[in-house]
Amino acid sequence: MTPVPITFEAVRKSFGAYLALDNVSLAVAAGEFLTLLGPSGSGKTTLLMALAGFVRPDAGHIRLGERDITRLAPNLRDIGIVFQNYALFPHMTVRGNVEYPLRLRKTAADEMRQRVEAALDRVQLGHLADRDIAALSGGQRQRVALARAIVYEPRVMLMDEPLSALDKNLRESMQYEIRRLHDALGVTTIYVTHDQREALTMSDRIAVMDKGRIQQIDAPQAIYHRPATRFVAEFMGEANILPAAALRHSPGAGPKVGSVVIRAESFHLSPEGLGDAAVALDGRLVAKAFRGENWLLTVMTAAGQEVAMSIPATRAAGCADLAEGAVVAAFAAAGTVHPLAEVATP
Amino acid sequence: MTAYPASDPALIADAARERRFFLSLSVPALVIVGLSAVLPILWILRQSFLNIGGDATLANWSKILNSGLTWSAMQTTFLLSGSTLVICVILGTPLALALASTTPRKANLLMIFLLLPLWTSILVRTYGWLVLLRREGLINGALQGIGLTSEPMPLVYNTTGVLVGMVHYMLPLYVLPVYAAMRDIDGSVVRAAASMGATLGQAIRTVILPLARGGIVSGSIIVFVYTLGFFITPAVLGGGKVNPIAIRIERTIGAFQDWGGASVLGMLLLLTVALVGAMVLALRRVAGVRHA
Repeated sequence: MTPVPITFEAVRKSFGAYLALDNVSLAVAAGEFLTLLGPSGSGKTTLLMALAGFVRPDAGHIRLGERDITRLAPNLRDIGIVFQNYALFPHMTVRGNVEYPLRLRKTAADEMRQRVEAALDRVQLGHLADRDIAALSGGQRQRVALARAIVYEPRVMLMDEPLSALDKNLRESMQYEIRRLHDALGVTTIYVTHDQREALTMSDRIAVMDKGRIQQIDAPQAIYHRPATRFVAEFMGEANILPAAALRHSPGAGPKVGSVVIRAESFHLSPEGLGDAAVALDGRLVAKAFRGENWLLTVMTAAGQEVAMSIPATRAAGCADLAEGAVVAAFAAAGTVHPLAEVATP
Repeated sequence: MTAYPASDPALIADAARERRFFLSLSVPALVIVGLSAVLPILWILRQSFLNIGGDATLANWSKILNSGLTWSAMQTTFLLSGSTLVICVILGTPLALALASTTPRKANLLMIFLLLPLWTSILVRTYGWLVLLRREGLINGALQGIGLTSEPMPLVYNTTGVLVGMVHYMLPLYVLPVYAAMRDIDGSVVRAAASMGATLGQAIRTVILPLARGGIVSGSIIVFVYTLGFFITPAVLGGGKVNPIAIRIERTIGAFQDWGGASVLGMLLLLTVALVGAMVLALRRVAGVRHA
């Protein structure tokens, strides 16, 4: 199985008056793990289903490798899908589910047994092969869905929020497991989620979607530290968007006009160790909360804007003693102040 | 081992009172069914063992069980019910699938057409078929008009005519449970099958039909059991030549005033239904309904 690249060319899809995909163009490299990240209704699942063949685009082209599959029937596309609710066949055992795609391909009995065992072993479910689906836990069902999607070695793997029904701990361990599976198989993968942390953890690249458009596509670190738009900055976690003029700048530090993004965790309560180029922000403490690994402070600037700060427990000396209403001076290294491309905030 | 304190009798009494209350909700229904169904059936059972004079006898049973008419009526009954069932499954299953695959709006509209026959009197419908199917009827007229046949085809006063009427009556009652079962199938399961390479036909065979099995079994039982007692349709469209057990019962009373014999026939019909029910239950246990 050689991995193939996926190309979307100006794909458009509307449902009535609602534009779900607004001329989306996207190139996914062979063997890449790309995540479509966005809120519900952003078009990420529509894009995935268009690739799978279950949503017919109004215009545009979708290619697998060189081949234009825009009009190809779903069952001829050779794509593996892990659905949000797993979509397992409840009337079959675990083995029956994983065998299903091989039976359709008329695989010989010997080979089928070997491949089913191999796929189940890969997801550590070999011992449950003869269980009924109803007798499995959520995490086990998730693994069956994975095994069923990899057993026929499709050229492309699509995952539609596959972990959203699992509890937090299981979700986090499955993130690593799925990524490991991808690295072992090398299959081109598109992963859909609305969980930014999941996207950051798993992806080679992230495409952030909103209102049927790709807002930014880049490596996780770039998306996180250098968001292209206000939407991306806000969606990627605790980001403060401030007018640059609200900050005190040390000489030569950062832009002085427009809006800047400063992550909550970039703030320090003392300028020590930040170097010469730094910015400072003054305000009063509105609220504080201890969360174990960090303190969360909410500081209101003189202009009335609330700023979230996350101070790691390792350098949180004095946080416990701060009283509400106390005057706070916070500092951030100039390198962590990222100018937004758009015009100043209203 | 820790010794648990004894349960509080007051709490146990509360639980028992609650159970009794919910059981008592079924009393009105039990009373009505008892008065209107169980009592008459017992009365008929008693009558099957009485002669005209009111003395106990086994003569009714031996006469009916030894009569060739009884067994040919049984045969006709099973032939009609079985054929109606097969035709309903063949026509109704794709129809239910079509209803379940369309948008809820369209499905509701189509559902009205499907249910329309149920809101019409069975007599009106049966005589309607007579108008369409008889020798000088619309269908024979049209067939001869376009030159497909030179002679009128025998469409009514035979098994064909009776089956047309029975299927027309039973089809909605078969489609409803099958449609309900198919509509409850998660669409992503079918999409999953397609993504793995299943054609539409393969997806229907390996996923949709097995998952709709409960509805198909329910619909089939309804059709088969319901049609065992059909009377009006064979009486009107059978023209005296198609005589299932319900018609036998009517003749036994109407022509011979033989209430004892008719009671035996009635009990036979009841036994048949009970037997079919027991068979279905047994089959279900053997097949081990995994996903009902």
